[in-house]
Amino acid sequence: MIRVGLIILVAVAICHTASASAEPPSSRQVELLYLLKHDCGSCHGMRLEGGLGPALNPQQLQALSIETLGMTILHGRPGTPMPPWKPFLSKEEALWLASQLKRGIQP
Amino acid sequence: MKSLLLILLIAWQGLAHSTCLTRGTGDMGIIIERASGSVLVIDTSAHKVLFRVEGLGDLSHASAVFSRDERYAYVFGRDGGLSKIDILCGTLDKRVLQGGNSIGGAISQDGKLIAVSNYVPGGVKVFSAADLSLVADIPATKTAKGKGSKTVGLVDAPGQRFVFALYDTGEIWILNMKQPDKPVVTKFTDIGRLPYDGLITPDGRNYISGLFGEDGLALLDLWHPEKGVTRILDHYGKGEQQLPVYKMPHLEGWAVAGNQAFLPAVGHHEVLAVNTSDWKESGRIAVHSQPIFVMARPDGRQLWVNFAFPDNDTIQIIDSETLKIIKTLKPGKGTLHMEFTPRGEEVWISVRDKDEIQIYDTESLTLKARFKAVKPSGIFFTNRAHQTGL
Repeated sequence: MIRVGLIILVAVAICHTASASAEPPSSRQVELLYLLKHDCGSCHGMRLEGGLGPALNPQQLQALSIETLGMTILHGRPGTPMPPWKPFLSKEEALWLASQLKRGIQP
Repeated sequence: MKSLLLILLIAWQGLAHSTCLTRGTGDMGIIIERASGSVLVIDTSAHKVLFRVEGLGDLSHASAVFSRDERYAYVFGRDGGLSKIDILCGTLDKRVLQGGNSIGGAISQDGKLIAVSNYVPGGVKVFSAADLSLVADIPATKTAKGKGSKTVGLVDAPGQRFVFALYDTGEIWILNMKQPDKPVVTKFTDIGRLPYDGLITPDGRNYISGLFGEDGLALLDLWHPEKGVTRILDHYGKGEQQLPVYKMPHLEGWAVAGNQAFLPAVGHHEVLAVNTSDWKESGRIAVHSQPIFVMARPDGRQLWVNFAFPDNDTIQIIDSETLKIIKTLKPGKGTLHMEFTPRGEEVWISVRDKDEIQIYDTESLTLKARFKAVKPSGIFFTNRAHQTGL
């Protein structure tokens, strides 16, 4: 049992290294996804299929790296209505959200 | 045998009808449950949910208009869905997917046409209110990227007209549907950068579009369209750093009190007051955060204001005479929308994160009743059926 747990831990650790970002704790993940659905959703659509802001599905985001996307979330896009979310999110949290979007999450 | 069949038929019809209500609808309304694609049909006198109607698709940012007999609600969903609900029977009468991604609509002066404003593919589509069949398709101006401009702020206007703004290309269009098979479009270009919403004054004369891309608002006098679009309040915000906007304000609730109108300022913690005779600024009210809806109680004596993320747990009430804040309420996180009963003794407020509707007495400014609703957003009462622009 302990061994299985260890293997899972190691596997998770490898995944982390691969995505080069620390995952927020699961309770925070729930909050972040709620924010994504309802507050990002007020411009991008609750299903992230777009609204006044563009759709946030993997096809739409194909050309953008997780890093670029994370920076856009943190700093916004000057000249457009996209605001900086830095007051509410850490860099790790923005990168985690970006990686979720790239994976095509449905919040 | 024949008579037995007849009796059975009558009994069956009786059953079928017994699920529909036999009553007036003037004290009814609907509440959007945004996350579950459902709508509650409510009784505003009894504070009661009568029906839950399901299967309406993506209702983020959904809005609704009513047929002039106040029996049917037309709900505009984000996924391009246009749904017709029978509020007496609590049933989904008809639903069409009319666009890829839409943002509200309007019902014509004669009640026979429903117009829907689309983000994707852009433009406006007009449907028969009776059966939701397509009557006219008005594509928007193409942007540099070759896509149709998003259309916003669609309202009805006297003379069987609709008015709306084009977000990407900075235009206001008047669509005349007097002859449904020959729609006539009048275009006003260069009205300002990124119009994000629009409203029409209750008399149906003035269309105003809020601009995201610059200070001020664009005004079109529908009595004198030949005079073109003029800029009002063009000095507001000048020289001040606009704050990040976490939710676009809404202009739909046109708050008029006496000879003043009140508007949410974009990117500022202010409500703007404007004199409706000359459209000059007559005051600014510093408020808790960035306003989303500024709604006047039907008698005009109070203004109720809600706010953008992260301050969307608050409502402030302003005395329209003194322009002072008389009360700050904390209904809870995700206080998204307010709707006054027709003569204003109550206001119903949706509180998304608490999954509830709160009903306030507008004289004592205290909570009077509450009931459960799943992630509620827009609240729409049937008296909207007889108001231009709603």
